[in-house]
Amino acid sequence: MNAQSQETLVQLDDIYKKFSISGDFLDQLKFRQGRIVREQEFVHAINGVSLEVKRGEALCVVGESGCGKSTVARTVMGLLNPSQGSVHYDGQRIDNLNDRALMPYRRKMQMIFQNPYASLNPRMTIAQTLQEPVALHNPGWSGQEVRDKVAEVMFSVGIDPSWGERHPHEFSGGQRQRISIARALAVGPEFIVADEPISALDVSIQAQVLNLMMDAQEKHNLTYLFITHDLSVVEHFGTRVAVMYLGSLCELAPTKALFSTPRHPYSQALLSAIPRLDDNRPQHIKLQGEVPTPVNLPPGCVFHGRCPHVNDRCKREIPQLIATDEGGQVACHGVEEGRI
Amino acid sequence: MSDQTQILETAPDAPSRWHEFKNSHLFHSFTVDRVAQISFGIFILYILLALFAPLLAPFDPYDIAQIDIMNSEIPPSWEAEGEADFWLGTDAQGRDMWSTILYGTRVSLMIGLCAVALQATLGICIGLCAGYFGGRVDSILMRFADVQLSFSTMMVAIVVLAVFQAAFGTELYQQLAMFMLIMVIGIAEWPQYARTIRASVLAEKKKEYIDAARVIGLRSPRIMFRHILPNTLSPILVISTVQVANAIISEASLSFLGLGMPVSEPSLGSLIAGGFEYIFSGSWWITVIPGAVLISLVLVMNLLGDWLRDVLNPKLYKG
Repeated sequence: MNAQSQETLVQLDDIYKKFSISGDFLDQLKFRQGRIVREQEFVHAINGVSLEVKRGEALCVVGESGCGKSTVARTVMGLLNPSQGSVHYDGQRIDNLNDRALMPYRRKMQMIFQNPYASLNPRMTIAQTLQEPVALHNPGWSGQEVRDKVAEVMFSVGIDPSWGERHPHEFSGGQRQRISIARALAVGPEFIVADEPISALDVSIQAQVLNLMMDAQEKHNLTYLFITHDLSVVEHFGTRVAVMYLGSLCELAPTKALFSTPRHPYSQALLSAIPRLDDNRPQHIKLQGEVPTPVNLPPGCVFHGRCPHVNDRCKREIPQLIATDEGGQVACHGVEEGRI
Repeated sequence: MSDQTQILETAPDAPSRWHEFKNSHLFHSFTVDRVAQISFGIFILYILLALFAPLLAPFDPYDIAQIDIMNSEIPPSWEAEGEADFWLGTDAQGRDMWSTILYGTRVSLMIGLCAVALQATLGICIGLCAGYFGGRVDSILMRFADVQLSFSTMMVAIVVLAVFQAAFGTELYQQLAMFMLIMVIGIAEWPQYARTIRASVLAEKKKEYIDAARVIGLRSPRIMFRHILPNTLSPILVISTVQVANAIISEASLSFLGLGMPVSEPSLGSLIAGGFEYIFSGSWWITVIPGAVLISLVLVMNLLGDWLRDVLNPKLYKG
């Protein structure tokens, strides 16, 4: 599996996404020094993220809460429009398409959601939930063909097709997440975005669902963009890993390389925080301070306030991704200058 | 595979709709709430009386041939001068009160239900659009609702109905009275629905199943009506019961003011209005009996609405 030689399936180019937090037009008007001015404040959720997902890989995006992982996932799926930048799927730009033009891509790209208790419509039976996408994307199919397809997908995720007449509240969390996966697989996608699909499940069920996803990947030759904060899952599941901090990409590296030799100071701190059985290692890195607010981003490197290797350049200049020896990329002045 | 077979074994039989309803929280709280049971019973009784009015009524109050002016102002049969033919007495025109009240309840309920159906249709469509699309659409539609709410329903209704009567004459007005009342009450009260629906839509819209529906590629109208609307039905049900009661009251008030149903086709409101002139001459039954009927009808609907609101409110849910 040589990641470099594979073709790019999904490409994100310098994506920015900001959300206004100033309310509507009247709320934005402020009285300053004798004049009325319009002021808007933004949460900068993603700041210049560029990513490439290669066909057949499982790219994991990790980072702490609020670092923009889910925003990246939702932007890729077209649930959010990027404020700046573009998303390409198989060479075609998709972020500026309307609903009708997106339909062929909807079929190829599907999403699995975080909360199995909220991602199924409580008023619809499982069969209705699963038949909807199949019937929508195969308008020529008869009712029987649709039902057969649904039964086939239900069986493939380990849900008895005869339970189709039940409502979601009659199932456990793990079963519901299987149904969510079945819904995503029902239209025969080639690319699946999974937004923390196992974080709401019991540990014992997590492994089942993860194995189901890996089986599906093998069987249908799927490509995953896997959003998570669980590093042990990444080690198990990911081909490559992207580490995010405060809306920026810190490091992108093959899984093995990242776990053996993390280059970015934030990746190092993150990996040292994984609990191990022999947990009295001296190299456990404790970061000082708190994550800055995404409303007023720090100048320069977003991590400079907490970085142990900080210098003047880090406070002025935003670091760009540079290639490393291990086949990854890292955005750090310290690595570039050879200080770390 | 062992995993699958294990899941297969634990499958209980899927419960039927009726069974599901019998086990529901709604049904259970109905069986223990005496007020709800009595209110529901009386409400059903009213519906049946209204539905079968032509069969139950001994006289047809719309048929002038059956009305004899000599029978006017006969007191109810339990009074000294009462007659057995008219057990609730007769009004000033000599119509049998019992028959007239049955037909009047029919007219009142009809106007109430149709006006609320119109309110609900308008309010649900506007509220869904405002909540789902958000932004500018939301601002514009909700400002409309605010403007509409700043006029009181009665004021709008009085102005519209009085202008209509003046412009097109009383003759035409009397023919179209029921239609006009439904339109006016229906259009004047849609913001109640629109606001409630909008609030529920905002809560539902954030849930992941809506994102899932968008990712599948469903169109907005389908997401709004197939996915969001069924999940906002409980508040709709609650305000509907209260709104029907309100619409009946509005209709009665307008009729009392002489802007409602004509005397030849009376609703409960116009019966009360018609009898009001005779109350000091001792003929109390012409006003009091329809009044009691109207009050109890509105009361049971409000009690049912309160009960539904308490039951369907998840914050009050006690398991």
